[in-house]
Amino acid sequence: MQQSNSYIIIFAAILTVVIGGLLSMAAIGLKPFQEVAIELDTKKQILGAVTELKDGDDVLKIFDEKIKSIVIDFDGNTVADMNPIDLNMEKEYKKAPKDRLYPVYMYMNEKDPKKVDSYIIAMFGNGLWDKIWGYLAIKPDLNTVVGIALDHKGETPGLGARITETTVKDRYKNKKILSENGFLVGIEMMKGERNDPSLFGPNQVDGLSGATLTAVGVNKMIKKYASYYQAYFHKVKSSQSVATN
Amino acid sequence: MSTETLEKPIEKKSEAMLSKRRKKIVSDPLVDDNPITIQVLGICSALAVTVQMKPTLVMAIAVMFVTVFANLIISVLRNVIPNRIRIIVQLAIVAALVILVDQMLRAFLYDVSKVVGVYVGLIITNCIIMGRLEAFAMGNKPWDSVLDGLGSGFGYGWIILAVAFFRELFGSGSFFGFKVFEAIGWESYVPNGLMVSPIGAFMILGLIIWVQRYKTGYVEH
Repeated sequence: MQQSNSYIIIFAAILTVVIGGLLSMAAIGLKPFQEVAIELDTKKQILGAVTELKDGDDVLKIFDEKIKSIVIDFDGNTVADMNPIDLNMEKEYKKAPKDRLYPVYMYMNEKDPKKVDSYIIAMFGNGLWDKIWGYLAIKPDLNTVVGIALDHKGETPGLGARITETTVKDRYKNKKILSENGFLVGIEMMKGERNDPSLFGPNQVDGLSGATLTAVGVNKMIKKYASYYQAYFHKVKSSQSVATN
Repeated sequence: MSTETLEKPIEKKSEAMLSKRRKKIVSDPLVDDNPITIQVLGICSALAVTVQMKPTLVMAIAVMFVTVFANLIISVLRNVIPNRIRIIVQLAIVAALVILVDQMLRAFLYDVSKVVGVYVGLIITNCIIMGRLEAFAMGNKPWDSVLDGLGSGFGYGWIILAVAFFRELFGSGSFFGFKVFEAIGWESYVPNGLMVSPIGAFMILGLIIWVQRYKTGYVEH
């Protein structure tokens, strides 16, 4: 067997180039498929916040039919010619809140295509280990929650990662982000897990045992993003009162 | 009448594709020399991904793919790999294959890739693969190495599928997502939480090892 140093070095160099080249080609070739997969997953999450999706549902079709999406800025003004699906939440998160762009997905009514059944806002934040994000679906009263979608990059399996569980997400249904006096309080996931829904008020949900820090991250994320969308909500509210007058 | 006996030149018969020896290469790792239950390798992924059958099947196929192709490539290159860097070269080949599998999963089976995500990456550290490369592929011909890869892959695969079968059945009441207990009329089956946690996996694995060693009479020395 050849043992000379130059042979070893040349062998290693060639191996590196060949493997590197193959993997790069694979990454480039697979990228369009991966992007489609991520888009499908994002749309599934958004729809999952408002409605029950069954296996076999054509997610893309339902999304195109029932979701009207716009991009807004911090002042609530619509930004033209932008598709919210293309917004990179993580990149936006790096900017100051007033410089960010925010997506709004409106779940339209089946019978009246002008009526909005729920407004879905996007959220982004920090869990215990890495980023977390989600979508909050709110009724036209801009207070009551229809549903929530939550996801994470690297929370602990069995602990923080439980935010993706249906049983946890269901806790948010019909909770409110405003207090009785109309102040924005968000929804607080309490410390500890009691498994008794009757213990919690309209602005609280049961916690996650052993995942307090992730829960704190979720709480902050909901409150912050609900506040960023306030200018937009004011606009929606005033157009609602114009419409009913 | 001529009674010449023709001296046939002694031909070296080439071994059949699936000769007895070769069949043994594939069949040994299934029971007698099973990587998980006898050699006790690759346990971590056996505990982690086996909560449900579907990701487990994907994981089994991924490990088999990597084992077979790594064995093949290393065996083909076995005479040119410099001895002093052979472990690193094996590692590089395995890592490249695993990255390929991971990228393919992300492109075509995205929701499954979210479940098996980290553990696909950990295939690189799966001792079964490096163990077979060192013990077999470095010293054997390509086809034999492919068979060895298939054997180890199947040996690993059937064990994790068995664990997943029990975990999904008792932990979620389903089989590949199909709700079994509801189908036979037992609507209120309460899922067994122990089966969903890795502790349940550990226990089932222990039971399988017990049954298997009882049947084969294998005793560790």
